[in-house]
Amino acid sequence: MNRLRFFGRDPADAELHAELESYIDVATEENIARGMSREAARCAARRKLGNATCVREEVYLMNGNVIVDSAIAAVRYWLRTLRREPMFAAVAVLTLGLGIGAATAIFTVVNGVLLKPLPYPHPADLVAPGVRFDVPILMSPSLWLTCREQGRSYQSIGIYAGGGASVTGLGEPEQLRALNVTHGVLNAAGVPPLIGRWISREDDTPGSPEVAVLSYGYWQRRFGGDPKVLGRSLTVDDEPRQIVGVMPQSFDFMDENAEIILPLRFERAKLYLGQFAYLGIARLKPGVSIEQANAELAQLYRVWIESWPSILPGSLWKSGRVKAAVSPLSRVVLGDIAGALWTVMGAVGLVLLIACANVANLLLVRAEARQRDWGVRIALGAGKARILCDALAESILLAVAGGVLGLALAYAGVALLRHLEPANLPRLREIRVDLPVVAFAAAVSILAGLIFGLIPAWKYAGSRVTSRLRGALHDGGRAASEGREKRRAQRGLVVVQVALALVMLVTSGLLLRTFEEQRRVRTGFGDPRQAQTFRLTIPGTPISEPERAIRTAHDIVDKLAAIPGVTQAGFASSMPIDLNFRNNDLIIVEGRETKPGENPVSRRLRYISPGFLGASGSRLVAGRDLDWQDIHGLRNVVMVSENLARELWASAQAAIGKRIRDLPENPWREVVGVVEDVRDDGVEHPAPPIVYYPFAMAKYFRFPVVVQHNIAFAVRGQGVGTAGLMSQIRQAVWSVNSSLPLARVLTFQQIYAESMARTSFTTTILVIAAVMALLIGLVGIYGVIAYAVSLRRREAGIRLALGSRPRELQWMFVRSGLALTLAGVAVGLAGAAGAGKLIATQLFGVTPLDPSTYVATPLLLLVASVAACWFPARRAGAVDPAETLRSE
Amino acid sequence: MQSEMVQGTLDMLILKTLLVGPAHGYTIAETIERSSEDVLQVEHGSLYPALHRLQNRRWIASFWGTSENNRKAKYYRLTPEGRKQLAAQSSRWDEIVRAIGRIMNPGPEKQK
Repeated sequence: MNRLRFFGRDPADAELHAELESYIDVATEENIARGMSREAARCAARRKLGNATCVREEVYLMNGNVIVDSAIAAVRYWLRTLRREPMFAAVAVLTLGLGIGAATAIFTVVNGVLLKPLPYPHPADLVAPGVRFDVPILMSPSLWLTCREQGRSYQSIGIYAGGGASVTGLGEPEQLRALNVTHGVLNAAGVPPLIGRWISREDDTPGSPEVAVLSYGYWQRRFGGDPKVLGRSLTVDDEPRQIVGVMPQSFDFMDENAEIILPLRFERAKLYLGQFAYLGIARLKPGVSIEQANAELAQLYRVWIESWPSILPGSLWKSGRVKAAVSPLSRVVLGDIAGALWTVMGAVGLVLLIACANVANLLLVRAEARQRDWGVRIALGAGKARILCDALAESILLAVAGGVLGLALAYAGVALLRHLEPANLPRLREIRVDLPVVAFAAAVSILAGLIFGLIPAWKYAGSRVTSRLRGALHDGGRAASEGREKRRAQRGLVVVQVALALVMLVTSGLLLRTFEEQRRVRTGFGDPRQAQTFRLTIPGTPISEPERAIRTAHDIVDKLAAIPGVTQAGFASSMPIDLNFRNNDLIIVEGRETKPGENPVSRRLRYISPGFLGASGSRLVAGRDLDWQDIHGLRNVVMVSENLARELWASAQAAIGKRIRDLPENPWREVVGVVEDVRDDGVEHPAPPIVYYPFAMAKYFRFPVVVQHNIAFAVRGQGVGTAGLMSQIRQAVWSVNSSLPLARVLTFQQIYAESMARTSFTTTILVIAAVMALLIGLVGIYGVIAYAVSLRRREAGIRLALGSRPRELQWMFVRSGLALTLAGVAVGLAGAAGAGKLIATQLFGVTPLDPSTYVATPLLLLVASVAACWFPARRAGAVDPAETLRSE
Repeated sequence: MQSEMVQGTLDMLILKTLLVGPAHGYTIAETIERSSEDVLQVEHGSLYPALHRLQNRRWIASFWGTSENNRKAKYYRLTPEGRKQLAAQSSRWDEIVRAIGRIMNPGPEKQK
């Protein structure tokens, strides 16, 4: 198409018109010259030319483009109707905008979290090798060395662990999130450093100079992005380290948010079978499949058993119950979020469908009003295809407007989500509105436009247009008998809407009940709103100076307990239910030595101070709590959880006085107390058996004395979460040692909320989606009843004139609305039963067919729809019969 | 098929008519009809679109002039490009005519 010609069509047409006129003139003159009368000459000339308008149209179309033309016509038409019916356009665009916006926002999350490849080069080659105990896949230093030295599948392989590190000597002391890595971890990830280098093989060899790699954020914050930072010294955990590299801004290894990366070092001579406390990452060589790597790891595992010393009796490692496996790294990153995200995506998809049904309904009502309009156009020679095209173009325009609004809403929603930082939503930093998201919004809008545009177009571009035109011209398109048939499509749509809304309501109701059940669960700790927590690292080398470390810890607890309003204070290696900082290992039970072939179970370990159980709010079931004499005397005592006591010795009482230990060469530790079960893995999971060791012990593991020095404090009392209490806590800590940074300052409630985050995230979005579905569905019912009332005004007037009471008339309309709702509810209940099965894994304490949900939600829907019917029905009762009859 | 051929032919006839000099629509139609001894009747409904099409292809150009009987009329003239086009089309036309002639009257040598 020639642009110039296209835009110059109107002048060209005018010129052609002039040319044809001149033709007639010339031809007339000729005819007169041949002896015709002027009148006859002109007629002959016109006859010869034929239909001048046809000629003009043909030339006009030659320069045009049908699609562009009908788009322009539709825009014009639409802008005109918009001006005439702003409410219709507003409701349609808003409904669509909400539907498309919700779908796009959630798609942004799904895209960023599930669909986008991991942000490392060639992410498909990245795997997590390890041994599968429970859910996580863990690595041990000795297995890692075996794999590194004898494996042939990997370009590089390393192990890592998250942690904390305190930095001193740069203004205020500061606790950083640290990532401890061996050589091979950064190499496998493959993201080159911004400046400097990665952790090298020398760096993780004991005895070589200590180094550190900084994150971009920490580099900017502490060193102002100074490129000369390389080579400078930084005091980390009381040791000077040389800065050797800075990672780029985009690098966030495994969502750890680490600010500093430190080498992880192992002394080869001290390693043995076990120590599965690390995570592994490896990059496969090109062409090596996961299956090949798996087969190799299984073989390396057998090599490993033979090459390292065992410190455990029995033969756990050979039992065949421990499986070595390689899994794609993405599975480790994503965990089980996929199910929740797809549930939410399904929910917003349903909302979008309901929105489409609603707009289709509005369009049906309007198409009714346009019967005459279309009839006239067809009568004047417009093609049916053209009218269909125009109608569709208008729907798509509506959809595009809705899409633009939706994209804006999605953008705002994603910004809000990133601001809220829902915990355990992985890859949050990668969630953004980008090109695929915009493409998705565009595709969804156009698809939606086609869906809701085709329904009325198909309905009304039927063959009987001329007959309809006749009828429409005669009685103004208000034939009630015809209306009934036309409303069938509308009614069908309403039933669909109600059904979908019910599905949404039931599923979100089930999740709400789940949330409620989870909150009601006996968690095993006291009200989390009344406990303040924070982490800190006791300085010094605890192994060489255990007394000093114990003294410092004890002093801090005493100072905290002395704060007015504080009832209990204590600390532990980790807070209950905190998803980070977990520790599991095997224990040996006196009199129940593991037989060969039997699988010793890994237990949750927690190292606690006296008073911690009180501060976290866990009750003592039997025996006594630890006291400070146990600690200072390094007595061989231990506590266990109630379920562990029952499992090993049948009852809590029987556990007192029994003995366990960690390694065969270490002394037995006597159980002095039994603690109630704590839902440590999250309230939806059963409470794991827990061993509570004192935070300071002699002869534990392979050390003469062990003192936990990276610890979490719990302070129970009044004023939790206030700045006042926190400043008192800081003063208390700093009065003991003024260079101790406090990290992870949270209320216990925040840690608790974090563990509920997935359920609450899914539930919140589903409830929002369900409310939207309900509102849009109600607008649909309202629309249908209001339209029925407007069509049957005359009938209502006649009925009133013949003696019907207004109340009866209202009931007549409400009843028809109620019938639609009941039909929708029936369909919806069946759908909900199916949807309930789909989300069954995400439910807790509720069956997918929870009776109260299945009774309450349809009732809610019925009540709401009666209200939606009653408002328009009232208008039928208010018809003035005299006026109606007069207008006949 | 037939209309296609006729359409293409009309284009060629218009070009041919304009070879002698500029002319307006009426004259073009008259000339074609007269030269063909009224065998070919020019549909005016297709004459003007054809003129427009030829102009879009820049084979002919137009200007407003005065007709023989002092009327304002739009004149068309051949462009150099149109001249080339006409040459190409007429040789192609000759080819087709000869080819069709061979089919319709096969083996003239034999007959002689």
